[in-house]
Amino acid sequence: MEGEEVMHARRNRVLAFLFAIAIAIALPCFAQQQQPAAPAKPKPKRTPSAGELVFQQNCSRCHNAPQGFSPRISGTIVRHMRVRASLSKKDEEALLRFFNP
Amino acid sequence: MCLGIVGLMQSVKCWIPIHRVLCYLVLTALFPGIALLAQTTPIISGGGGMFVSRNGGQNSYFPVISPLAAVPLGDHVLVETRATLLESFTANGHGYDMSHYAALTYLQGDFLVSPHLTVVAGSYLTPFGTYNERLTPIWISNFQNGPLILPLGTMSSGTGTGGMVRGSVVSHSSFSIDYAAYFSARSGNEQFLSQRSSGGRVSVYLPKQRLEVGTSYGRLLQGQQANFQGVHLWWEPANTGVRFRSEYAHGAHSSGYWFEAEMRPIFWGGENSWVGRFQPAFRMQQTFRNKPDPSDGLPGVNTRLADFGLVYNLPHEVRLRASYSRQFSTAGDKNIWAANMTYRFLFPAWKGKK
Repeated sequence: MEGEEVMHARRNRVLAFLFAIAIAIALPCFAQQQQPAAPAKPKPKRTPSAGELVFQQNCSRCHNAPQGFSPRISGTIVRHMRVRASLSKKDEEALLRFFNP
Repeated sequence: MCLGIVGLMQSVKCWIPIHRVLCYLVLTALFPGIALLAQTTPIISGGGGMFVSRNGGQNSYFPVISPLAAVPLGDHVLVETRATLLESFTANGHGYDMSHYAALTYLQGDFLVSPHLTVVAGSYLTPFGTYNERLTPIWISNFQNGPLILPLGTMSSGTGTGGMVRGSVVSHSSFSIDYAAYFSARSGNEQFLSQRSSGGRVSVYLPKQRLEVGTSYGRLLQGQQANFQGVHLWWEPANTGVRFRSEYAHGAHSSGYWFEAEMRPIFWGGENSWVGRFQPAFRMQQTFRNKPDPSDGLPGVNTRLADFGLVYNLPHEVRLRASYSRQFSTAGDKNIWAANMTYRFLFPAWKGKK
């Protein structure tokens, strides 16, 4: 009889422990459900600059973008690209602004 | 502009007279190009790599370095050159045949005459089709070997010695047109091999559709004179990571085409994610021979070639490439395996102006 009581008490402790865990898990879920659903904000659409478009439409059609270079040479690179990609003067200036914002 | 202001602050620190500073400010506001002068430091760029191939059972190894230099002079001139230095090791059954090659690919002076006109003088890449001018650098192309039709219209050597005019006719947000026209003299100098020829190219680009179509013409003016015609189409749909390139060229005794499709899986975290760095590519090409002509550089018999490639773009401008090609022709079918690693470098040739 004594053993049965011990077993019963142990079972109760385990059940209480499991119940506490269940409550701990469920509470945040309920809390989340009770919050009024915020309307999904549309992601602001980033408009690429004129220079970025020139880069995408002329330079990166042939090769991957360099992973960074010194601003000291950006003018040289742009001049090289003006000749190689037959860029207009306007596109050359936009590309230079893109490299040196 | 930012650099111009930084330069200005530094010049103030150096106690340059205030009237010079004011003059600089006024000129900078009136003529923004002046502020950009400080940014045109000469560059050393290019690529180096190790190329391995197994062509029809024969192994070859090519360590290559291809430096490029661009030196601006004043506001309107750019001198640029590219060279190729390679060692070749080809298996011969009981060892390796070694040879080396070092030559200038081009050496040209560019004079920016007007917003729509650039005059090029010197040794330049022949403007026929797209591959020769755009995709021949070893750090750009997806496949180790160029297309079979590359010699058509580029007058075999791929370079001209003489003059060229080129530029943008018009550039709007909805379309742009560019052009190039050249005349080349014959040159037997081993650094500037070229044939007497003339020709040009016109391209129309639609930025919204990311579509380019163009046509090229070339005429060989020495020996057995011949005409070459070509068309090209490039399409790169926006935000897809897909590129499609194609060319067709027709010569006096042969013709052919190639098209190439590649894709960057940018939908998995962008092109800098580990998945997005993969770049599978496929190229199909075919040549047609209507008369024997050993001088035009194309295969002697009708040939089909399918190339399957995989590129992995590592950080720091390193690319790993592997490809398998299967060639079909009446002269015999064969497999071509290739693998290479290239590194692209780019840095100022010396310290810039302060």
